[in-house]
Amino acid sequence: MNSDLEELYQEVILDHSRRPRNFGELPDAGVRVHGDNPSCGDEIHLAVKFGADGAVEDIRFTGQGCAISQASASLMTMKLKGKSRAEATLLLRAFQDLVTSDVAAAPPSLGDLRLLRGVRKFPQRVKCAILSWRAFEQALQTPSGEAAISTEADS
Amino acid sequence: MHKSALIDWEKIRADFPILDQQVRDQPLIYFDNAATTQKPRAVIETLRNYYEHDNANVHRGLHELSSRATEAYERSRQRVAEFIGAESEEEIVFTRGTTESINLVAQAWGGKFLRPGNVVLLTEMEHHSNLVPWQLIAEKTGAELRFVPVRDDGTLALEKLSSLLTKEVKMFAFTHISNSLGTINPVTELCARARAIGALTLVDLAQSIGHIPVNVRELGCDLAAFSGHKMAGPTGIGVLYGRREILEAIPPWQGGGEMITSVTLQKTTFKRSPHRFEAGTPDIAGAIGLAAAIDYLERIGRADIFQHDSRLTSYAMERLTEIPSLRLLGPPAPRGALVGFVMAAAHPHDLTTFADQRGLALRGGHHCNQPLMRRFGLPGTTRASFYFYNTLEEIDRMVEILRDAVHFFA
Repeated sequence: MNSDLEELYQEVILDHSRRPRNFGELPDAGVRVHGDNPSCGDEIHLAVKFGADGAVEDIRFTGQGCAISQASASLMTMKLKGKSRAEATLLLRAFQDLVTSDVAAAPPSLGDLRLLRGVRKFPQRVKCAILSWRAFEQALQTPSGEAAISTEADS
Repeated sequence: MHKSALIDWEKIRADFPILDQQVRDQPLIYFDNAATTQKPRAVIETLRNYYEHDNANVHRGLHELSSRATEAYERSRQRVAEFIGAESEEEIVFTRGTTESINLVAQAWGGKFLRPGNVVLLTEMEHHSNLVPWQLIAEKTGAELRFVPVRDDGTLALEKLSSLLTKEVKMFAFTHISNSLGTINPVTELCARARAIGALTLVDLAQSIGHIPVNVRELGCDLAAFSGHKMAGPTGIGVLYGRREILEAIPPWQGGGEMITSVTLQKTTFKRSPHRFEAGTPDIAGAIGLAAAIDYLERIGRADIFQHDSRLTSYAMERLTEIPSLRLLGPPAPRGALVGFVMAAAHPHDLTTFADQRGLALRGGHHCNQPLMRRFGLPGTTRASFYFYNTLEEIDRMVEILRDAVHFFA
């Protein structure tokens, strides 16, 4: 087995893709974002309940997609739950840097999400890793109700 | 024994220099032929020879090189006409590919002839290139789109045809071979049915032209489209075939040089088809390269290519069923030289990434068939598509790699 592949599909990532955490409906969510990766057909429905102070009180997702998109969404929801708006925003930026730029060291605050660094060697797969985060970014900008995002810009 | 068994396919494979390479330290296995095929040395050398000796613009220069380029370009048109059984080379329009050919018909023919209430009949299995151009013109003209459904086994629901093919239908546009299911549609029958109610037919030959014998007059279609690059030719060149009287009735599409007879500041008169549809400098080298690809394919023979491709496809279908939790899509043989499948253990994108690390080029995703994927409730599939230079050993290797993938992901 070659090392790039093992770096991409580490055991933790495969585990989260097989048994995604926080997977399911969130009936009292204030914001719902439908995320679409048209180049692959990956889909995510992200539901977020923000507290009165703007913190992420609860966050769950449903959808279907490849191991990378599922694991990224699963790890993301675990990381974001309970975070303040400011903390969540910092994590969002840190994750985007992690998978797109050549930063030397990933911030420890990302925890297991750092395992997704392997996608940098697979440029076609970066969108898979980033899909759920783009959905969360949209959730931060949506006061309430539903919204949709796509990894490809619509005209 | 069929003649294809006597052909030295190994020697033919050696005509394709690109196949002799390692990808990620493993021998390349190229199974993405439905997306684009590889090019034999004969085609590559024809392109090089043209640029090294004859390159000039066509139909204008009164010098030696321009004459050579023009002659070679027009000879290629003649060659295409023979290859597909057209009545004359005037029925052959060079385009950038299948997509552009269909857009030309949708925009120029549809723009002139479609009215509110008219219907363009398509099928649920069309590639986006034979769907989106029709959506655009339907919106502009008020015409309506209808679709022949696809059955669970991947064939067209022909029993629905009578109720769909009503007198409002002005155009029936459909694919010869499905690029994700491999279904070979009964083109002759479909064209006859459309003709009986006075509708025109346009056949998308992209997946069939390089793989099986195709004769447009035997098929009985009015229009047909294909790309050079899916039949061992260069990218950037394609063909729109149209029966003479139909092309003559279609107004110009793009304006510019090459397609005019006289121009004043206020008014222009246009050449007859096919030149009327070829504004600007065409892909001269591409057309000449396409003719070289035709020469190459005809030396082997498409009937033998189909025999060989079919052997690969049947063998792949048989071997793939050995893999637990793998489900094949599409009808049984005879079918196009491709197999689409889904595996419970792994998503198509994980599978193709995994395969790529072993030097195996597969395609994963919706294959520009989003409505069809939705029809089958799938986010996408993995596809292995073959051409005559592929081997049974490569299929064995694919099965081995897919088995490893099951262990890796499950």
